[in-house]
Amino acid sequence: MSKPLKCDICDNPATVHLTQIINNQIHKIDLCESCAEQKGITDPNGYSLADLLVKPGQVEETAEDNALVCDECGYTQRDFKKTGRLGCPSCYETFAGLINPALSGMHKGEDHKGKVPEKALERKSGLDRLHSLELDLQNAIDSERYEDAAQFRDEIIALKRDLEEEEREQVDAD
Amino acid sequence: MLIKSIFGGKSEMTEGSAKKCPVVLMTRVRLARNLDSVPFPGWAKKAQRNKVLETCLPAVASLSQMKRGITAELEELSDLEKQILVERHLISRELSSSSEKTGVVISRDQSVAVMINEEDHLRIQVIKSGYRFKQAWTAINGVDSSLEDELDYAFSSKIGFLTACPTNVGTGMRASAMMHLPALVISNQMEKVVRAVNQLGIAVRGLFGEGSDASGSIFQISNQTTLGESEQDIIKRLSSVLRTIIDQEMNAREKILEKDPNKLYDKIGRAYGILQNSHLLSSSECMNLASLVRFGVDLEMFPENTRNIVDRMFIECQPGHIQYHAGGNIESADRDAFRAAYLRKQFEGVEKPIFNIHENETKDQNSESKEGEKE
Repeated sequence: MSKPLKCDICDNPATVHLTQIINNQIHKIDLCESCAEQKGITDPNGYSLADLLVKPGQVEETAEDNALVCDECGYTQRDFKKTGRLGCPSCYETFAGLINPALSGMHKGEDHKGKVPEKALERKSGLDRLHSLELDLQNAIDSERYEDAAQFRDEIIALKRDLEEEEREQVDAD
Repeated sequence: MLIKSIFGGKSEMTEGSAKKCPVVLMTRVRLARNLDSVPFPGWAKKAQRNKVLETCLPAVASLSQMKRGITAELEELSDLEKQILVERHLISRELSSSSEKTGVVISRDQSVAVMINEEDHLRIQVIKSGYRFKQAWTAINGVDSSLEDELDYAFSSKIGFLTACPTNVGTGMRASAMMHLPALVISNQMEKVVRAVNQLGIAVRGLFGEGSDASGSIFQISNQTTLGESEQDIIKRLSSVLRTIIDQEMNAREKILEKDPNKLYDKIGRAYGILQNSHLLSSSECMNLASLVRFGVDLEMFPENTRNIVDRMFIECQPGHIQYHAGGNIESADRDAFRAAYLRKQFEGVEKPIFNIHENETKDQNSESKEGEKE
């Protein structure tokens, strides 16, 4: 009680003290009223935002570097800090440096151990392969490498047949 | 049209199982899923949201689980219809208030509901009455796997299903149980329970989710973390916490009956009197009365079939449902009168509670245990 606590964000005297226990680890944040309000901490329902703040030191460091923008959707680091949400699936890669350290404090672990959408992943990798073969074929034709082109064409036909077969099997299974 | 089919069908929420379940009213599992390469609904432009809706709505509606179900865009629904869906836990309050390019598909038995363009592109939920996580998981896993045939999900092999909020990433699963804990509330132990449970990564909320109050002594208990454990492990961990809470509630009930039975009998007796005779009832008072009568049913003070009336009260006494039954928009004061009349009718045939049943029972149990000790 000797020295008054300062706000972790702006150095004003801190009047809001948040203590959270996640996985038996204690996280403490001290904030002034206006920063607390800004972060949604005075709202008892807004604690998912507080989860993102569990390492305030880190937030301050990166606050100077506000240059991160998601190529895919244009979401900025500022948007992320304001809402605690992300813009699109690719944001998880763009902001990995910010999200990944926070994930361990928020969850039981850092790696997914649950269900994997096998069928969707298989289909996606098949379609990706088809797409790249089609590009190869077009390139081969453009540069008049007809032997290569014939090979790509055969591979495409074979892959398409496989993909269709899989789909038929699925329909039968349903 | 929509409302008629909602009320026409049987609902997992209001009918309940024949099996007696004193503490857990219902079990719910929800999965958050998103489409690959499309911005999450909160950031997507209107055209993108529209595309998601146009892709997902037919994909979900054509699932075998949704046969003869309800499919709607929220824009098409009236405020009252939306309110009724919220009160029946079929859509969230968030979805009902942000209606731009959002949709919902509900199965015929109302046990499966899929929201489109809520916080995530897809929010799939399965509700089962009573304490039935296993069935709820099997059902939702089936819905999810069938959807996966049609839709490309955003998924990372490292951190699992990608969601708009990092708090849902991984399994994207929230499993929750709706628990009726009147004895813990009466004996002021709920705060202690909430604190203990929070430390285990389990959240406690009111009946209508985040920010709602716990009227009727009903609490929603759910996992807070979604990454680092399999779905089964999360459910296992949650279940062990639920079992502890059930034990605590049962202990609290015994203690109240032992220490101060008159206080409890008085509450239950008054609740019965009010339900039979009142002429103005607010929905929150109604919830608390329903809670006391349900407690009475658990204690065998009322016949078992009273439980159905009470469980229906928790839903049907909400403002939206009352307005529907009253045949249109009515003012709050009129709703209170209508609600009271509806309940007088419901409780007309319910017999007076039996008050002394437990005193004999506890005596019997005591003498039994004494005999046991002698042996």
